[in-house]
Amino acid sequence: MNDLRRRLVRSPVALVSVSILGLMLLLALFAPWVSPVDPGAIDIRTRLTPPSWMDGGSSDHVLGTDNVGRDVLSRIIHGARVSLFVGVATVLLGGIFGSVLGLIAGYFRGWVETVIMRLVDIQLAFPSILLAVAIMALVGPSMMNVVIVLSIATWAPFCRVARGQTLQVCNQEYITAAEALGLRDWTIMWRHVVPNIINPLIVVASFALATNIINEASLSFLGVGVPPSTPTWGGMLGEGRNYLRIAWWVSTLPGIALMLSVYSVNMLGDWLRDVYDPRIGD
Amino acid sequence: MSDSLPLLQASRVSVRFPTENRQTVKAVTEVSISIGRGEVFGLVGESGSGKTTLGKALLRLVAPSSGSIHFDGVDIATMGPDDLRRFRTRMQVIFQDPFGSLNPRMTVESILTEAALLVESKASLAPRLAELLDLVGLPSSSLPRHPHEFSGGQRQRICIARALAVRPEFIVADEPVSALDVSIQAQIVNLLQDLQKELGLTMLFIAHDLAVVRHISDRIGVMYLGRMMETGPADVIVSDPAHPYSKALLSAVPVPNPATRVTRQVLSGDLPSPINPPSGCVFRTRCPVAVTECSQSVPELLPVSENQSMACLMRPTGEA
Repeated sequence: MNDLRRRLVRSPVALVSVSILGLMLLLALFAPWVSPVDPGAIDIRTRLTPPSWMDGGSSDHVLGTDNVGRDVLSRIIHGARVSLFVGVATVLLGGIFGSVLGLIAGYFRGWVETVIMRLVDIQLAFPSILLAVAIMALVGPSMMNVVIVLSIATWAPFCRVARGQTLQVCNQEYITAAEALGLRDWTIMWRHVVPNIINPLIVVASFALATNIINEASLSFLGVGVPPSTPTWGGMLGEGRNYLRIAWWVSTLPGIALMLSVYSVNMLGDWLRDVYDPRIGD
Repeated sequence: MSDSLPLLQASRVSVRFPTENRQTVKAVTEVSISIGRGEVFGLVGESGSGKTTLGKALLRLVAPSSGSIHFDGVDIATMGPDDLRRFRTRMQVIFQDPFGSLNPRMTVESILTEAALLVESKASLAPRLAELLDLVGLPSSSLPRHPHEFSGGQRQRICIARALAVRPEFIVADEPVSALDVSIQAQIVNLLQDLQKELGLTMLFIAHDLAVVRHISDRIGVMYLGRMMETGPADVIVSDPAHPYSKALLSAVPVPNPATRVTRQVLSGDLPSPINPPSGCVFRTRCPVAVTECSQSVPELLPVSENQSMACLMRPTGEA
């Protein structure tokens, strides 16, 4: 852990990424306190106000307002909540589910492995965003549904990597030694396999986080994600699209927030991959 | 718990592995071996001769495809998984590679604690760990450290301590010094020898190097392509081997005296594939004294003298 911190300080890209993500996280956590106004407050009189530095801008709305006069900055800050929550929750759910299945497949081998890995193949054969859109259209928009649907789209790569790593680790003699001691399978898996496969899985998690932030935004953009009453970056992109020529800020600014977050997560993932194992990656 | 019975008695043990293209590797074929309490049995043979697989089969780390293995009178070849798990603390293994056989994420303390707690109470744990480190000659400051902080020889000492932690009666030492520097090898062999005497351990000592094995073993078995070729007292096998393969193996041992002229008997050819071993005697393709009969029937391991047995048609007295 100390080693990780030392290497982080030495890498400017990773340091910037961590700072951006840290800022986003703080904004998301304290959104109700740091956002200037209520993100849902409508005021038709001030609709499409440009950002404060432009002609016609006002200091009441630093980043301008949207087509019904809602404050863009407040909505971006609240949108960070959704993006990060959905991203982290889906990676945790899908990641743990997939990793456990991969661990079981790689450890026990045999027909269990065959069944699990065929499921992975089937899952990977579907374009995940198409599958997500289809399911969302069926179950209807809600935050919980988005999390579940995106988790389903996430588990397969974790399962693959976990299985591959488990196969490698199980070839090591310390696993045979643990067997020779007469330890139970679950003890061997938890104590001897998991700690030795966790690093590559963290790398997979960082890339899955970036993907799922984008996927959540895509679903909201398409109107099948989080209900429109909750401000989201994807939703703002979608709503602002019609006003792009007269009020670029409405969709461009949440787009920049989205891009910065995904870029930071990806950079962090790249860096983690280099730190943990230069050979992994797809 | 009869003392007259050997601690470990394996008879006609075979181990076969399926390959990916539906063939079968005959790793060990019909090997019988018996090791008395407190005895050290040395197992030699070149790479691929099935020594390691036999050692793992005796510990039931691989399942034998046929044959019986009696440990202290109990057949462990057919034992169910739960009984077997409880039985495992009575027999332990030390591997060749001290780098791969220690979990890199665990400290020495957690490695030894995990093993010791299988047989010790929590209260006796701390003194037991100290005792274990003392037995293998590691400083007590080793406990909080990770395996990568140790040298190969020290790591092998940790492996030995882990094996001893469960108070086993029988230890398979699978080439425990082959991966170590020559200067360290003697230390580890001597340590194993001391521990064996001090704790009255029964041991199967596997090596491809006769010189190392003769030093520690009471009896030696010579394996070739999955079969036992010859067994006998260590000094006899080393000084007066009967089997042509043992003779060839012995003549490959370097003699540390330049004045001594040895007639090297160098084997031609490679080890045949264990997927498709030669008919009859498996050694006949490389044997200097092979005759046509050698391809007809598999020679049994039969006594040539009181303690010595070999599997060869060319009996020393001439009888077939």
